[in-house]
Amino acid sequence: MFTTETLQKFAREVAKYPAGQQRSAVMACLALAQEEKGWLAPETIEAVAKYLELPPIAALEVATFYNMYDLKPVGKYKLTVCTNLPCALSGGYHAARYVQDKLGIAFGETTADGKFTLIEGECMGACGDAPVMLVNNRRMCGAMTPEQIDKLLEECK
Amino acid sequence: MAILGAIHPVLTAGLNGAVDNNSGWQLKDYVARGGYSVLKKILAEKTPPDEIITVIKASVLRGRGGAGFPTGLKWSFMPRSLPGDKYLVCNTDEGEPGTFKDRDLIRYNPHAVIEGMAIGAYAIGATRGYNYIHGEIWELYQRFEAALDEARAAGFIGQNIQGSGFGFELFAHHGYGAYICGEETALLESIEGKKGQPRFKPPFPASFGLYGKPTTINNTETFASIPFILKMGGEAFLNLGKPNNGGTKLFSVSGHVERPGNYEIPLGTPFAKLLEMCGGVRGGRKLKAVIPGGSSAPVLPADVILDATMDYDGISKAGSMLGSGAVIVMDETTCMVKALERLSYFYHEESCGQCTPCREGTGWLYQIVHRIENGAGRPDDLALLGDITANIMGRTVCALGDAAAMPVQSFIKHFRDEFAYHIEHKTCLVPKDVQWAGSGFHKAAEVR
Ligand SMILES: Cc1cc2nc3c(=O)[nH]c(=O)nc-3n(C[C@H](O)[C@H](O)[C@H](O)COP(=O)(O)O)c2cc1C
Ligand code: SF4
Ligand code: FES
Repeated sequence: MFTTETLQKFAREVAKYPAGQQRSAVMACLALAQEEKGWLAPETIEAVAKYLELPPIAALEVATFYNMYDLKPVGKYKLTVCTNLPCALSGGYHAARYVQDKLGIAFGETTADGKFTLIEGECMGACGDAPVMLVNNRRMCGAMTPEQIDKLLEECK
Repeated sequence: MAILGAIHPVLTAGLNGAVDNNSGWQLKDYVARGGYSVLKKILAEKTPPDEIITVIKASVLRGRGGAGFPTGLKWSFMPRSLPGDKYLVCNTDEGEPGTFKDRDLIRYNPHAVIEGMAIGAYAIGATRGYNYIHGEIWELYQRFEAALDEARAAGFIGQNIQGSGFGFELFAHHGYGAYICGEETALLESIEGKKGQPRFKPPFPASFGLYGKPTTINNTETFASIPFILKMGGEAFLNLGKPNNGGTKLFSVSGHVERPGNYEIPLGTPFAKLLEMCGGVRGGRKLKAVIPGGSSAPVLPADVILDATMDYDGISKAGSMLGSGAVIVMDETTCMVKALERLSYFYHEESCGQCTPCREGTGWLYQIVHRIENGAGRPDDLALLGDITANIMGRTVCALGDAAAMPVQSFIKHFRDEFAYHIEHKTCLVPKDVQWAGSGFHKAAEVR
């Protein structure tokens, strides 16, 4: 189900916790599984549970509780735009509107070519850099003026 | 972003404004700034833990995560002599809207956090610790892991630290998007691999914490302050601030200022001075309101905040809370109804759903503020909002319920006319195009 590299990363996470507490690694393993597969299909979640010797429901509960897990397929690039108040005061809504217009999709949608998914995000702890966007849960981009947004979308091949 | 200004810097001393993302954070840099000397000294001299706690108490360091609880007192609650595992946990979940200081500490001074945690572990008798890091800052989670590797290789964490016989294992745990995990017991549940739902208290973490063992939890900035306090002495740190409000603190300033960013200033500094350091209100416009301590703190109108000092007691006297030190500045282009609508949406989204008053109440608050903002408000809506907040306050497992209610109460208290105008005229007092222009987003983005 998972590549050797992913399995090695799983093991590294499990080792962070005391013996018998491997359940603590479920968040990290789900994140790594999502990184490998693109999203968390039911069988992926089950495989993570099996690896950690947990009932599948324990992993599913976690996958549904935390916002950054994708339980449906997403585009190659998932763009999360923060529109919480501190960002909104410095253009969060505008940046969101600008990306929506450019891609022709609303929040929660994916472009027809499967390239981009757009998500409305909550505070990312980066409000001083507003407007802020997160690419694929990993790469944080700040000061997203229209020029910067154009550049980012172009880089996403 | 960066550390944009400081008065008597402690946490950010020697970082030279920390404008460059990638230098100055490594172990060699921290050691060159005098780092790890306190930990080494404590271990070499076998300083009695009580002595350390006494210094922290004398410094009147108050927890930087939001509640402002005295750190020395919290540490003294740990049942140190109880046999068995004890844990030390750092809260870098930083999800309170407006707060971005812990992120910069991890970015520029991660070893101060590690040294502070190692000292804390020694003082409370913990042998294992975790730093819970906000999901959205993956790059800084990686940096913290790199710093941990360095510290481990240099023998500042791990077994038998510096040959002293004392051992402390420290790991990073990456969150994955849940504001509620900043609440300390939700955070513990999350480390245990569960949904982040707060626990009933008591029992408090000092007796029943991570995996049911005695646990102390502090904020990132709290831990980062520890080595500096022990180096300069408790009184010296206290005297940087003012009585009952020891030391300097990082303030994250966002919104309508010329230079949003982090500023380290002594507690007790006038708000007006901080505003001046940020280059003043954006475009020289007029200040309207400030949320002084993160989105959960009551909003204060301009005239009140301009007379206040930035410390726990000063902001409390002004009618709000210093919270996490997130200062959200709003100028005259802000529609207060729209601002509150966004915050209410946030609390509704992030309620863990465990208690009915919070789960249902936050939904109602959002729906009502939303309909006022969208021209469908009803004459008795403000009274209704008051009732709902009264039914949430104090009736929930954790403080998120209160955090959702306080913005609603304070926005209506101070800006009632604006809400009434919305309900009566079905539109904003501040024209939409003025609001859009106020955000400073590029002219190229069309105003719609
Ligand atoms: C809803 C909610 C969110 C919180 N978020 C954070 C947070 O992101 N970071 C933090 O340090 N404390 C947060 N806290 C406060 C913690 O529960 C806890 O008091 C704090 O981490 C203790 O550390 P300190 O004493 O050093 O401040 C939050 C509390 C609540 C109720
Ligand atoms: S107050 Fe809200 S967030 Fe806190 S435990 Fe209750 S439902 Fe969950
Ligand atoms: S409000 Fe957008 S990052 Fe904080």
